[in-house]
Amino acid sequence: MSAIMPPRTGSAKKRSTEQYIFYAALLVLAFIAVAPLAVLVFNSLKTSVEFGRNPLGIPTNPQFGNFREAWNRGDYQISIRNSLIYSLATALGVCVISGLAAYSLSRLNVRGGNLLIAYLFMGITIPPQLYVIPLFSLWVRFDLIDSRIGLIIIYWAIFSPFATLLLRSYMLSLPRELEDASRVDGANELQTLLRIVLPLALPGLMVVALVSFLMSWNEFFFAITFIQSDALKPVTISFLAFQGRFDTNWGLTSAAGIIVILPVMLLFLLLQRRFISGLTAGALKG
Amino acid sequence: MASMLQSGPVAMPSARVTETRRRRLRSRHLAGWLCLLPFLAVNFIVILGPSLSTFYYSLTDWNGIGPATYIGLQNFRDLTHDHNFVEAFRHVIIWTCFFLTVPIAMGLLGSFLLSQITRGQMLFRLLYFIPYTIASVVNASMWKNIFDTRRGIFAQLDNLGVPGMDNISIFGSTRNALWGVAWVDNWHWWGFLVVVFLAAMQSVDQELYDAVKLDGGGRWREFRDVTIPGILPTLVFILLLTIIASLLVFDYIYIITQGGPAGSTEMVGTLLYKTAFEMFEAGYAAAMGVTMTLLSVLIMLGYRTLQRRGWEV
Repeated sequence: MSAIMPPRTGSAKKRSTEQYIFYAALLVLAFIAVAPLAVLVFNSLKTSVEFGRNPLGIPTNPQFGNFREAWNRGDYQISIRNSLIYSLATALGVCVISGLAAYSLSRLNVRGGNLLIAYLFMGITIPPQLYVIPLFSLWVRFDLIDSRIGLIIIYWAIFSPFATLLLRSYMLSLPRELEDASRVDGANELQTLLRIVLPLALPGLMVVALVSFLMSWNEFFFAITFIQSDALKPVTISFLAFQGRFDTNWGLTSAAGIIVILPVMLLFLLLQRRFISGLTAGALKG
Repeated sequence: MASMLQSGPVAMPSARVTETRRRRLRSRHLAGWLCLLPFLAVNFIVILGPSLSTFYYSLTDWNGIGPATYIGLQNFRDLTHDHNFVEAFRHVIIWTCFFLTVPIAMGLLGSFLLSQITRGQMLFRLLYFIPYTIASVVNASMWKNIFDTRRGIFAQLDNLGVPGMDNISIFGSTRNALWGVAWVDNWHWWGFLVVVFLAAMQSVDQELYDAVKLDGGGRWREFRDVTIPGILPTLVFILLLTIIASLLVFDYIYIITQGGPAGSTEMVGTLLYKTAFEMFEAGYAAAMGVTMTLLSVLIMLGYRTLQRRGWEV
Protein backbone atom coordinates (compact mmCIF):
# COMPACT_ATOMS: atom_id res chain seq x y z
CA MET A 1 0.00 0.00 0.00
CA SER A 2 2.66 2.49 1.03
CA ALA A 3 4.62 1.73 -2.13
CA ILE A 4 1.98 3.53 -4.19
CA MET A 5 2.94 7.17 -4.51
CA PRO A 6 0.16 9.61 -3.63
CA PRO A 7 -1.10 11.13 -6.87
CA ARG A 8 0.17 14.65 -6.37
CA THR A 9 3.91 15.23 -6.79
CA GLY A 10 5.94 17.17 -4.28
CA SER A 11 3.54 15.98 -1.62
CA ALA A 12 6.31 14.85 0.74
CA LYS A 13 7.25 18.48 1.21
CA LYS A 14 3.62 19.48 1.33
CA ARG A 15 2.96 16.85 3.99
CA SER A 16 5.78 18.15 6.16
CA THR A 17 4.61 21.79 6.04
CA GLU A 18 1.20 20.43 6.85
CA GLN A 19 2.67 18.65 9.86
CA TYR A 20 4.14 21.94 11.08
CA ILE A 21 0.75 23.60 10.84
CA PHE A 22 -0.83 20.71 12.74
CA TYR A 23 1.74 20.92 15.51
CA ALA A 24 1.29 24.68 15.73
CA ALA A 25 -2.49 24.26 16.12
CA LEU A 26 -2.01 21.52 18.71
CA LEU A 27 0.34 23.79 20.65
CA VAL A 28 -2.28 26.55 20.66
CA LEU A 29 -4.79 24.09 22.11
CA ALA A 30 -2.23 22.92 24.66
CA PHE A 31 -1.68 26.55 25.63
CA ILE A 32 -5.43 26.97 26.26
CA ALA A 33 -5.41 23.86 28.46
CA VAL A 34 -2.29 24.62 30.47
CA ALA A 35 -1.83 28.42 30.61
CA PRO A 36 -4.54 29.03 33.25
CA LEU A 37 -2.90 26.42 35.46
CA ALA A 38 0.47 28.06 34.94
CA VAL A 39 -1.04 31.38 36.06
CA LEU A 40 -2.39 29.62 39.15
CA VAL A 41 1.07 28.31 40.00
CA PHE A 42 2.77 31.65 39.24
CA ASN A 43 0.37 33.61 41.42
CA SER A 44 0.66 31.21 44.31
CA LEU A 45 4.34 32.16 44.52
CA LYS A 46 3.81 35.93 44.65
CA THR A 47 3.54 38.25 47.64
CA SER A 48 0.67 40.75 47.37
CA VAL A 49 3.20 43.48 46.56
CA GLU A 50 4.53 41.53 43.61
CA PHE A 51 1.02 40.53 42.52
CA GLY A 52 0.09 44.22 42.34
CA ARG A 53 2.99 44.88 39.98
CA ASN A 54 2.77 41.66 37.99
CA PRO A 55 -0.68 39.99 38.15
CA LEU A 56 -0.38 37.24 35.52
CA GLY A 57 3.31 36.77 34.65
CA ILE A 58 6.15 34.65 35.97
CA PRO A 59 7.16 35.61 39.53
CA THR A 60 10.51 37.39 39.72
CA ASN A 61 11.10 36.43 43.33
CA PRO A 62 9.18 33.20 44.11
CA GLN A 63 7.97 32.96 47.72
CA PHE A 64 6.38 29.93 49.34
CA GLY A 65 4.85 31.85 52.26
CA ASN A 66 1.36 31.77 50.72
CA PHE A 67 1.20 28.00 51.11
CA ARG A 68 1.94 28.07 54.82
CA GLU A 69 -0.50 30.91 55.40
CA ALA A 70 -3.26 29.27 53.32
CA TRP A 71 -2.70 25.95 55.07
CA ASN A 72 -3.07 27.53 58.51
CA ARG A 73 -5.81 30.06 57.87
CA GLY A 74 -7.89 27.71 55.72
CA ASP A 75 -7.95 24.85 58.26
CA TYR A 76 -6.69 22.51 55.58
CA GLN A 77 -5.45 20.05 58.13
CA ILE A 78 -9.08 19.32 58.95
CA SER A 79 -10.57 19.51 55.46
CA ILE A 80 -7.86 17.45 53.74
CA ARG A 81 -8.43 14.76 56.33
CA ASN A 82 -12.18 14.94 55.74
CA SER A 83 -11.74 14.69 51.98
CA LEU A 84 -9.43 11.72 52.39
CA ILE A 85 -12.03 9.98 54.54
CA TYR A 86 -14.87 10.73 52.08
CA SER A 87 -12.85 9.73 49.03
CA LEU A 88 -11.28 6.56 50.43
CA ALA A 89 -14.57 5.36 51.91
CA THR A 90 -16.30 6.11 48.62
CA ALA A 91 -13.66 4.32 46.53
CA LEU A 92 -13.70 1.27 48.78
CA GLY A 93 -17.48 1.12 49.06
CA VAL A 94 -18.04 1.59 45.34
CA CYS A 95 -15.59 -1.24 44.63
CA VAL A 96 -17.46 -3.60 46.94
CA ILE A 97 -20.97 -2.58 45.87
CA SER A 98 -20.25 -2.45 42.15
CA GLY A 99 -17.90 -5.41 42.19
CA LEU A 100 -20.62 -7.62 43.66
CA ALA A 101 -23.28 -6.23 41.34
CA ALA A 102 -21.08 -6.62 38.27
CA TYR A 103 -20.20 -10.18 39.27
CA SER A 104 -23.87 -10.99 39.57
CA LEU A 105 -24.76 -9.34 36.25
CA SER A 106 -21.92 -10.90 34.30
CA ARG A 107 -21.81 -14.39 35.79
CA LEU A 108 -24.84 -15.45 37.80
CA ASN A 109 -27.61 -15.02 35.20
CA VAL A 110 -30.10 -13.35 37.51
CA ARG A 111 -33.62 -13.08 36.17
CA GLY A 112 -34.34 -9.42 35.39
CA GLY A 113 -30.67 -8.69 34.97
CA ASN A 114 -31.15 -7.16 31.54
CA LEU A 115 -33.81 -4.84 32.91
CA LEU A 116 -31.35 -3.71 35.56
CA ILE A 117 -28.66 -3.07 32.96
CA ALA A 118 -31.13 -0.94 30.99
CA TYR A 119 -31.92 0.96 34.19
CA LEU A 120 -28.20 1.54 34.77
CA PHE A 121 -27.82 3.09 31.32
CA MET A 122 -30.86 5.30 31.85
CA GLY A 123 -30.02 5.94 35.49
CA ILE A 124 -26.68 7.55 34.76
CA THR A 125 -28.56 10.45 33.22
CA ILE A 126 -30.97 11.03 36.14
CA PRO A 127 -30.07 14.57 37.24
CA PRO A 128 -29.34 15.10 40.96
CA GLN A 129 -31.91 17.88 41.06
CA LEU A 130 -34.63 15.35 40.40
CA TYR A 131 -34.00 13.55 43.69
CA VAL A 132 -32.12 15.98 45.91
CA ILE A 133 -35.19 17.54 47.56
CA PRO A 134 -36.90 14.35 48.84
CA LEU A 135 -33.46 12.95 49.62
CA PHE A 136 -32.75 15.95 51.80
CA SER A 137 -35.97 15.53 53.76
CA LEU A 138 -35.32 11.79 54.05
CA TRP A 139 -31.81 12.50 55.39
CA VAL A 140 -33.30 14.97 57.89
CA ARG A 141 -35.58 12.19 59.11
CA PHE A 142 -32.71 9.67 59.34
CA ASP A 143 -30.53 12.29 61.06
CA LEU A 144 -27.93 11.92 58.30
CA ILE A 145 -27.58 15.62 57.46
CA ASP A 146 -24.15 16.91 58.38
CA SER A 147 -22.77 13.44 58.99
CA ARG A 148 -19.87 11.69 57.30
CA ILE A 149 -21.66 8.43 56.64
CA GLY A 150 -24.66 10.35 55.29
CA LEU A 151 -22.56 11.90 52.54
CA ILE A 152 -20.61 8.69 51.89
CA ILE A 153 -23.83 6.71 51.30
CA ILE A 154 -24.88 9.31 48.72
CA TYR A 155 -21.52 8.98 46.97
CA TRP A 156 -21.86 5.19 46.93
CA ALA A 157 -25.21 5.52 45.24
CA ILE A 158 -24.25 8.12 42.63
CA PHE A 159 -20.90 6.58 41.62
CA SER A 160 -21.85 2.90 41.65
CA PRO A 161 -23.98 2.78 38.46
CA PHE A 162 -21.14 3.83 36.14
CA ALA A 163 -18.72 1.58 38.07
CA THR A 164 -21.07 -1.39 37.75
CA LEU A 165 -21.33 -0.96 33.99
CA LEU A 166 -17.58 -0.58 33.67
CA LEU A 167 -16.81 -3.62 35.82
CA ARG A 168 -19.48 -5.71 34.16
CA SER A 169 -17.98 -5.21 30.73
CA TYR A 170 -14.55 -5.82 32.20
CA MET A 171 -15.67 -9.10 33.77
CA LEU A 172 -17.36 -10.21 30.57
CA SER A 173 -13.97 -9.96 28.90
CA LEU A 174 -12.36 -12.30 31.46
CA PRO A 175 -12.12 -16.06 30.77
CA ARG A 176 -14.68 -18.19 32.61
CA GLU A 177 -12.89 -21.55 32.55
CA LEU A 178 -11.20 -21.10 35.92
CA GLU A 179 -14.46 -20.20 37.63
CA ASP A 180 -16.29 -23.16 36.12
CA ALA A 181 -13.48 -25.44 37.22
CA SER A 182 -13.64 -24.03 40.72
CA ARG A 183 -17.41 -24.60 40.91
CA VAL A 184 -17.06 -28.12 39.61
CA ASP A 185 -14.48 -28.72 42.29
CA GLY A 186 -17.18 -27.98 44.81
CA ALA A 187 -16.38 -24.40 45.77
CA ASN A 188 -19.43 -22.25 46.54
CA GLU A 189 -20.13 -18.88 44.92
CA LEU A 190 -18.45 -16.89 47.65
CA GLN A 191 -15.26 -18.96 47.49
CA THR A 192 -15.21 -18.73 43.71
CA LEU A 193 -15.69 -14.97 43.91
CA LEU A 194 -12.92 -14.39 46.44
CA ARG A 195 -10.31 -16.87 45.15
CA ILE A 196 -10.80 -16.79 41.39
CA VAL A 197 -12.74 -13.74 40.23
CA LEU A 198 -11.33 -11.12 42.59
CA PRO A 199 -7.66 -11.48 41.59
CA LEU A 200 -8.59 -11.47 37.90
CA ALA A 201 -10.81 -8.40 38.26
CA LEU A 202 -8.26 -6.41 40.24
CA PRO A 203 -7.11 -4.13 37.37
CA GLY A 204 -10.74 -3.19 36.67
CA LEU A 205 -11.39 -2.53 40.35
CA MET A 206 -8.28 -0.35 40.46
CA VAL A 207 -9.68 1.86 37.68
CA VAL A 208 -13.02 2.12 39.46
CA ALA A 209 -11.32 3.00 42.75
CA LEU A 210 -9.22 5.75 41.14
CA VAL A 211 -12.14 7.29 39.29
CA SER A 212 -14.43 7.23 42.34
CA PHE A 213 -11.67 8.76 44.43
CA LEU A 214 -11.19 11.60 41.97
CA MET A 215 -14.90 12.25 41.51
CA SER A 216 -15.66 12.32 45.22
CA TRP A 217 -12.61 14.50 45.93
CA ASN A 218 -13.86 17.08 43.41
CA GLU A 219 -17.58 16.67 44.17
CA PHE A 220 -19.40 19.87 45.02
CA PHE A 221 -23.19 19.71 44.78
CA PHE A 222 -23.95 17.10 47.44
CA ALA A 223 -21.16 18.23 49.74
CA ILE A 224 -22.45 21.79 49.92
CA THR A 225 -26.04 20.65 50.34
CA PHE A 226 -25.56 17.97 52.98
CA ILE A 227 -22.54 19.15 55.03
CA GLN A 228 -22.87 22.24 57.16
CA SER A 229 -20.36 22.24 60.02
CA ASP A 230 -16.78 23.34 59.43
CA ALA A 231 -15.39 20.25 61.15
CA LEU A 232 -16.87 17.98 58.46
CA LYS A 233 -16.29 20.05 55.32
CA PRO A 234 -14.30 18.52 52.45
CA VAL A 235 -11.58 20.61 50.75
CA THR A 236 -13.78 21.83 47.91
CA ILE A 237 -16.29 23.43 50.27
CA SER A 238 -13.72 24.84 52.64
CA PHE A 239 -11.86 26.29 49.66
CA LEU A 240 -15.03 28.07 48.55
CA ALA A 241 -15.43 29.60 52.01
CA PHE A 242 -11.74 30.53 52.06
CA GLN A 243 -12.03 32.25 48.71
CA GLY A 244 -15.01 34.21 49.98
CA ARG A 245 -12.97 35.47 52.94
CA PHE A 246 -9.83 36.42 51.01
CA ASP A 247 -11.60 37.46 47.85
CA THR A 248 -8.94 39.58 46.11
CA ASN A 249 -5.82 38.16 47.72
CA TRP A 250 -5.07 36.10 44.62
CA GLY A 251 -1.67 34.92 45.84
CA LEU A 252 -3.23 33.35 48.89
CA THR A 253 -6.27 31.87 47.12
CA SER A 254 -4.04 30.46 44.36
CA ALA A 255 -1.93 28.68 46.95
CA ALA A 256 -5.09 27.39 48.61
CA GLY A 257 -6.37 26.15 45.24
CA ILE A 258 -3.15 24.28 44.59
CA ILE A 259 -3.45 22.58 47.97
CA VAL A 260 -6.92 21.35 46.91
CA ILE A 261 -5.87 19.96 43.52
CA LEU A 262 -2.37 18.72 44.29
CA PRO A 263 -3.20 15.27 45.78
CA VAL A 264 -5.47 14.33 42.89
CA MET A 265 -3.10 15.83 40.32
CA LEU A 266 -0.18 13.75 41.56
CA LEU A 267 -2.29 10.60 41.57
CA PHE A 268 -3.52 11.40 38.08
CA LEU A 269 -0.07 12.05 36.64
CA LEU A 270 1.24 8.82 38.14
CA LEU A 271 -1.61 6.64 36.90
CA GLN A 272 -2.87 8.60 33.92
CA ARG A 273 -3.59 5.68 31.62
CA ARG A 274 -5.92 4.03 34.11
CA PHE A 275 -7.62 7.33 34.91
CA ILE A 276 -8.18 8.22 31.29
CA SER A 277 -9.50 4.79 30.35
CA GLY A 278 -11.87 4.78 33.34
CA LEU A 279 -13.15 8.31 32.94
CA THR A 280 -13.83 8.01 29.22
CA ALA A 281 -15.26 4.47 29.34
CA GLY A 282 -18.86 5.64 29.67
CA ALA A 283 -18.69 8.08 26.77
CA LEU A 284 -17.52 5.73 24.04
CA LYS A 285 -20.06 4.10 21.84
CA GLY A 286 -20.08 1.78 18.88
CA MET B 1 -16.15 -27.18 28.62
CA ALA B 2 -17.77 -30.60 28.44
CA SER B 3 -14.62 -32.40 29.47
CA MET B 4 -14.28 -30.18 32.47
CA LEU B 5 -17.80 -30.87 33.61
CA GLN B 6 -17.02 -34.58 33.48
CA SER B 7 -13.92 -34.17 35.57
CA GLY B 8 -16.26 -33.57 38.51
CA PRO B 9 -17.99 -36.32 40.47
CA VAL B 10 -18.61 -38.73 37.60
CA ALA B 11 -19.92 -41.62 39.61
CA MET B 12 -23.23 -39.92 40.43
CA PRO B 13 -26.41 -41.43 38.95
CA SER B 14 -27.94 -39.15 36.33
CA ALA B 15 -31.15 -38.39 38.27
CA ARG B 16 -29.16 -37.16 41.23
CA VAL B 17 -26.90 -35.14 38.94
CA THR B 18 -29.84 -33.15 37.59
CA GLU B 19 -31.14 -32.73 41.15
CA THR B 20 -27.80 -31.30 42.34
CA ARG B 21 -27.54 -29.15 39.27
CA ARG B 22 -30.99 -27.76 39.88
CA ARG B 23 -30.13 -27.04 43.49
CA ARG B 24 -26.87 -25.48 42.40
CA LEU B 25 -28.69 -23.32 39.87
CA ARG B 26 -31.12 -22.19 42.55
CA SER B 27 -28.28 -21.33 44.90
CA ARG B 28 -26.61 -19.40 42.10
CA HIS B 29 -29.81 -17.51 41.62
CA LEU B 30 -29.95 -16.67 45.29
CA ALA B 31 -26.28 -15.66 45.26
CA GLY B 32 -27.03 -13.46 42.25
CA TRP B 33 -29.66 -11.53 44.11
CA LEU B 34 -27.58 -11.33 47.27
CA CYS B 35 -24.73 -9.80 45.29
CA LEU B 36 -27.08 -7.22 43.82
CA LEU B 37 -28.62 -6.35 47.17
CA PRO B 38 -26.16 -3.64 48.37
CA PHE B 39 -26.32 -1.92 45.00
CA LEU B 40 -30.09 -2.03 44.82
CA ALA B 41 -30.45 -0.85 48.42
CA VAL B 42 -28.31 2.30 48.16
CA ASN B 43 -29.62 3.07 44.69
CA PHE B 44 -33.23 2.81 45.79
CA ILE B 45 -32.76 4.86 48.96
CA VAL B 46 -30.72 7.67 47.41
CA ILE B 47 -31.75 7.85 43.75
CA LEU B 48 -34.75 5.84 42.60
CA GLY B 49 -37.03 6.28 45.61
CA PRO B 50 -36.52 10.04 45.96
CA SER B 51 -36.73 10.49 42.17
CA LEU B 52 -40.09 8.77 42.06
CA SER B 53 -41.37 10.71 45.05
CA THR B 54 -40.36 13.95 43.33
CA PHE B 55 -43.06 13.14 40.78
CA TYR B 56 -45.60 13.02 43.59
CA TYR B 57 -44.27 16.12 45.36
CA SER B 58 -44.48 18.08 42.11
CA LEU B 59 -48.25 17.78 42.51
CA THR B 60 -48.22 19.22 46.03
CA ASP B 61 -47.71 22.36 48.03
CA TRP B 62 -44.78 21.39 50.26
CA ASN B 63 -42.08 23.25 52.19
CA GLY B 64 -39.62 20.36 52.08
CA ILE B 65 -39.96 19.09 55.64
CA GLY B 66 -43.58 19.15 56.82
CA PRO B 67 -46.69 17.53 55.34
CA ALA B 68 -47.45 18.01 51.64
CA THR B 69 -50.88 19.13 50.37
CA TYR B 70 -52.05 17.73 47.05
CA ILE B 71 -52.84 20.53 44.58
CA GLY B 72 -52.92 18.71 41.23
CA LEU B 73 -51.21 20.37 38.31
CA GLN B 74 -51.20 23.84 39.87
CA ASN B 75 -47.38 24.00 40.12
CA PHE B 76 -47.02 23.24 36.43
CA ARG B 77 -49.63 25.86 35.51
CA ASP B 78 -47.72 28.39 37.63
CA LEU B 79 -44.46 27.52 35.88
CA THR B 80 -45.79 28.51 32.46
CA HIS B 81 -46.24 32.14 33.52
CA ASP B 82 -43.41 32.38 36.02
CA HIS B 83 -41.15 35.04 34.51
CA ASN B 84 -38.07 33.75 36.38
CA PHE B 85 -38.59 30.21 35.14
CA VAL B 86 -39.14 31.26 31.54
CA GLU B 87 -36.04 33.45 31.67
CA ALA B 88 -33.98 30.62 33.23
CA PHE B 89 -35.24 28.28 30.52
CA ARG B 90 -34.10 30.76 27.86
CA HIS B 91 -30.63 30.80 29.43
CA VAL B 92 -30.59 27.01 29.42
CA ILE B 93 -31.25 27.01 25.68
CA ILE B 94 -28.38 29.47 25.07
CA TRP B 95 -26.15 27.35 27.31
CA THR B 96 -27.10 24.16 25.44
CA CYS B 97 -26.36 25.76 22.07
CA PHE B 98 -22.94 26.84 23.34
CA PHE B 99 -22.12 23.33 24.53
CA LEU B 100 -23.39 21.69 21.36
CA THR B 101 -20.94 23.78 19.32
CA VAL B 102 -17.83 25.21 21.02
CA PRO B 103 -16.53 22.19 22.98
CA ILE B 104 -17.59 19.78 20.23
CA ALA B 105 -15.69 21.80 17.61
CA MET B 106 -12.62 22.08 19.85
CA GLY B 107 -12.79 18.38 20.65
CA LEU B 108 -13.11 17.37 17.00
CA LEU B 109 -10.32 19.71 15.94
CA GLY B 110 -7.95 18.50 18.65
CA SER B 111 -8.64 14.83 18.10
CA PHE B 112 -8.44 15.01 14.31
CA LEU B 113 -5.11 16.86 14.46
CA LEU B 114 -3.82 14.36 17.01
CA SER B 115 -4.80 11.46 14.77
CA GLN B 116 -2.71 12.98 11.97
CA ILE B 117 0.58 13.37 13.81
CA THR B 118 3.17 10.75 14.56
CA ARG B 119 5.08 12.03 17.57
CA GLY B 120 3.92 13.52 20.84
CA GLN B 121 0.38 12.19 20.64
CA MET B 122 0.41 10.85 24.20
CA LEU B 123 1.84 14.06 25.64
CA PHE B 124 -0.79 16.29 23.99
CA ARG B 125 -3.52 13.89 25.06
CA LEU B 126 -2.32 14.16 28.65
CA LEU B 127 -2.11 17.98 28.57
CA TYR B 128 -5.62 18.30 27.14
CA PHE B 129 -7.03 15.95 29.74
CA ILE B 130 -5.56 17.67 32.81
CA PRO B 131 -8.27 20.39 33.14
CA TYR B 132 -10.92 17.66 33.43
CA THR B 133 -9.34 16.50 36.69
CA ILE B 134 -9.34 19.97 38.32
CA ALA B 135 -11.96 20.55 41.02
CA SER B 136 -14.69 22.91 39.79
CA VAL B 137 -14.21 25.33 42.71
CA VAL B 138 -10.52 25.80 41.91
CA ASN B 139 -11.17 26.07 38.19
CA ALA B 140 -13.72 28.82 38.86
CA SER B 141 -11.35 30.73 41.14
CA MET B 142 -8.58 30.55 38.53
CA TRP B 143 -10.76 32.15 35.87
CA LYS B 144 -12.08 34.77 38.27
CA ASN B 145 -8.45 35.80 38.66
CA ILE B 146 -7.75 35.74 34.90
CA PHE B 147 -10.94 37.67 34.04
CA ASP B 148 -10.53 40.15 36.91
CA THR B 149 -11.53 43.59 35.66
CA ARG B 150 -8.65 45.50 37.21
CA ARG B 151 -5.80 43.00 37.14
CA GLY B 152 -6.83 40.26 34.73
CA ILE B 153 -5.98 39.50 31.15
CA PHE B 154 -8.05 42.31 29.63
CA ALA B 155 -6.45 44.94 31.90
CA GLN B 156 -3.05 43.66 30.81
CA LEU B 157 -3.99 43.87 27.15
CA ASP B 158 -5.28 47.39 27.79
CA ASN B 159 -1.89 48.29 29.31
CA LEU B 160 -0.22 47.01 26.16
CA GLY B 161 -2.39 49.37 24.16
CA VAL B 162 -4.83 46.90 22.62
CA PRO B 163 -7.98 48.91 21.79
CA GLY B 164 -11.35 48.07 23.34
CA MET B 165 -9.90 46.22 26.33
CA ASP B 166 -10.50 49.00 28.82
CA ASN B 167 -12.53 48.10 31.89
CA ILE B 168 -13.98 44.81 30.64
CA SER B 169 -16.02 42.96 33.20
CA ILE B 170 -16.95 39.32 32.59
CA PHE B 171 -18.70 37.82 35.60
CA GLY B 172 -19.99 41.19 36.83
CA SER B 173 -21.69 42.15 33.60
CA THR B 174 -25.19 41.08 32.62
CA ARG B 175 -24.06 40.92 28.99
CA ASN B 176 -20.92 38.78 29.46
CA ALA B 177 -21.49 36.67 32.55
CA LEU B 178 -23.33 33.79 30.85
CA TRP B 179 -20.64 33.41 28.19
CA GLY B 180 -17.92 33.75 30.81
CA VAL B 181 -19.28 30.92 32.95
CA ALA B 182 -19.87 28.80 29.86
CA TRP B 183 -16.25 29.33 28.86
CA VAL B 184 -15.00 28.24 32.30
CA ASP B 185 -17.12 25.08 32.17
CA ASN B 186 -15.95 24.45 28.61
CA TRP B 187 -12.31 24.83 29.62
CA HIS B 188 -12.55 21.77 31.83
CA TRP B 189 -14.67 19.81 29.32
CA TRP B 190 -13.32 20.09 25.76
CA GLY B 191 -10.07 18.16 26.46
CA PHE B 192 -12.11 15.23 27.73
CA LEU B 193 -13.91 15.23 24.36
CA VAL B 194 -10.57 15.21 22.52
CA VAL B 195 -9.64 11.99 24.28
CA VAL B 196 -13.05 10.40 23.71
CA PHE B 197 -13.15 11.33 20.01
CA LEU B 198 -9.55 10.25 19.50
CA ALA B 199 -10.30 6.81 20.95
CA ALA B 200 -13.29 6.54 18.61
CA MET B 201 -11.21 7.64 15.63
CA GLN B 202 -8.62 4.97 16.29
CA SER B 203 -11.15 2.29 15.46
CA VAL B 204 -12.00 3.81 12.05
CA ASP B 205 -10.82 1.60 9.20
CA GLN B 206 -7.50 2.96 7.87
CA GLU B 207 -8.24 1.73 4.36
CA LEU B 208 -11.08 4.23 4.03
CA TYR B 209 -8.57 7.06 4.50
CA ASP B 210 -6.28 5.52 1.89
CA ALA B 211 -9.21 5.35 -0.51
CA VAL B 212 -9.86 9.09 -0.11
CA LYS B 213 -6.16 9.78 -0.65
CA LEU B 214 -6.12 7.74 -3.86
CA ASP B 215 -9.15 9.72 -4.96
CA GLY B 216 -7.06 12.85 -4.56
CA GLY B 217 -9.14 14.13 -1.66
CA GLY B 218 -7.58 16.44 0.94
CA ARG B 219 -7.72 16.47 4.72
CA TRP B 220 -11.09 18.13 4.80
CA ARG B 221 -12.62 15.33 2.71
CA GLU B 222 -10.94 12.72 4.90
CA PHE B 223 -12.48 14.42 7.92
CA ARG B 224 -15.92 14.88 6.40
CA ASP B 225 -16.27 11.59 4.51
CA VAL B 226 -14.39 9.15 6.74
CA THR B 227 -13.79 10.51 10.25
CA ILE B 228 -17.22 11.94 10.97
CA PRO B 229 -19.19 8.91 9.68
CA GLY B 230 -16.71 6.63 11.48
CA ILE B 231 -17.21 8.21 14.88
CA LEU B 232 -20.89 9.10 14.40
CA PRO B 233 -22.26 6.80 17.15
CA THR B 234 -19.90 8.32 19.73
CA LEU B 235 -20.52 11.84 18.45
CA VAL B 236 -24.30 11.52 18.62
CA PHE B 237 -24.10 9.94 22.05
CA ILE B 238 -21.98 12.86 23.29
CA LEU B 239 -24.41 15.39 21.80
CA LEU B 240 -27.23 13.62 23.59
CA LEU B 241 -25.37 13.65 26.91
CA THR B 242 -24.57 17.34 26.34
CA ILE B 243 -28.24 18.24 26.00
CA ILE B 244 -29.26 16.21 29.04
CA ALA B 245 -26.47 17.62 31.21
CA SER B 246 -27.15 21.19 30.03
CA LEU B 247 -30.83 21.07 30.96
CA LEU B 248 -30.02 21.09 34.68
CA VAL B 249 -26.56 22.68 34.75
CA PHE B 250 -25.68 23.81 38.25
CA ASP B 251 -22.10 23.66 39.54
CA TYR B 252 -20.27 26.43 37.71
CA ILE B 253 -23.20 28.83 37.80
CA TYR B 254 -23.66 28.34 41.53
CA ILE B 255 -19.94 28.71 42.25
CA ILE B 256 -19.20 31.73 40.07
CA THR B 257 -22.29 33.92 39.84
CA GLN B 258 -25.11 32.27 41.84
CA GLY B 259 -27.34 33.18 38.91
CA GLY B 260 -26.41 36.88 38.93
CA PRO B 261 -25.76 39.61 38.11
CA ALA B 262 -29.44 40.58 38.02
CA GLY B 263 -30.50 37.04 37.12
CA SER B 264 -28.53 37.10 33.86
CA THR B 265 -27.05 33.63 34.47
CA GLU B 266 -29.99 32.06 36.29
CA MET B 267 -30.53 28.49 35.08
CA VAL B 268 -33.38 26.11 35.87
CA GLY B 269 -30.93 24.08 37.99
CA THR B 270 -29.96 27.03 40.19
CA LEU B 271 -33.49 28.41 40.34
CA LEU B 272 -34.73 24.99 41.46
CA TYR B 273 -32.09 24.84 44.18
CA LYS B 274 -32.92 28.30 45.50
CA THR B 275 -36.66 27.64 45.32
CA ALA B 276 -36.27 24.48 47.40
CA PHE B 277 -33.53 25.36 49.87
CA GLU B 278 -33.85 29.13 50.27
CA MET B 279 -37.53 29.82 49.62
CA PHE B 280 -38.74 26.45 50.95
CA GLU B 281 -41.17 25.91 48.08
CA ALA B 282 -40.06 22.32 47.57
CA GLY B 283 -43.21 21.22 45.73
CA TYR B 284 -42.79 23.98 43.16
CA ALA B 285 -39.08 23.16 42.79
CA ALA B 286 -39.99 19.50 42.27
CA ALA B 287 -42.25 20.56 39.40
CA MET B 288 -39.24 22.26 37.76
CA GLY B 289 -37.17 19.08 38.15
CA VAL B 290 -39.95 16.94 36.69
CA THR B 291 -40.42 19.29 33.73
CA MET B 292 -36.73 19.18 32.83
CA THR B 293 -36.52 15.41 33.35
CA LEU B 294 -39.53 14.81 31.11
CA LEU B 295 -37.79 16.90 28.46
CA SER B 296 -34.67 14.76 28.62
CA VAL B 297 -36.75 11.57 28.56
CA LEU B 298 -38.42 12.87 25.40
CA ILE B 299 -35.02 13.52 23.84
CA MET B 300 -33.80 10.05 24.83
CA LEU B 301 -36.94 8.47 23.35
CA GLY B 302 -36.39 10.40 20.12
CA TYR B 303 -32.87 9.04 19.95
CA ARG B 304 -34.03 5.47 20.58
CA THR B 305 -36.69 5.80 17.89
CA LEU B 306 -34.11 6.98 15.38
CA GLN B 307 -31.93 4.03 16.36
CA ARG B 308 -34.77 1.60 15.88
CA ARG B 309 -35.61 3.11 12.51
CA GLY B 310 -32.17 1.90 11.43
CA TRP B 311 -30.09 5.04 11.93
CA GLU B 312 -26.53 3.92 12.53
CA VAL B 313 -26.21 5.93 15.73
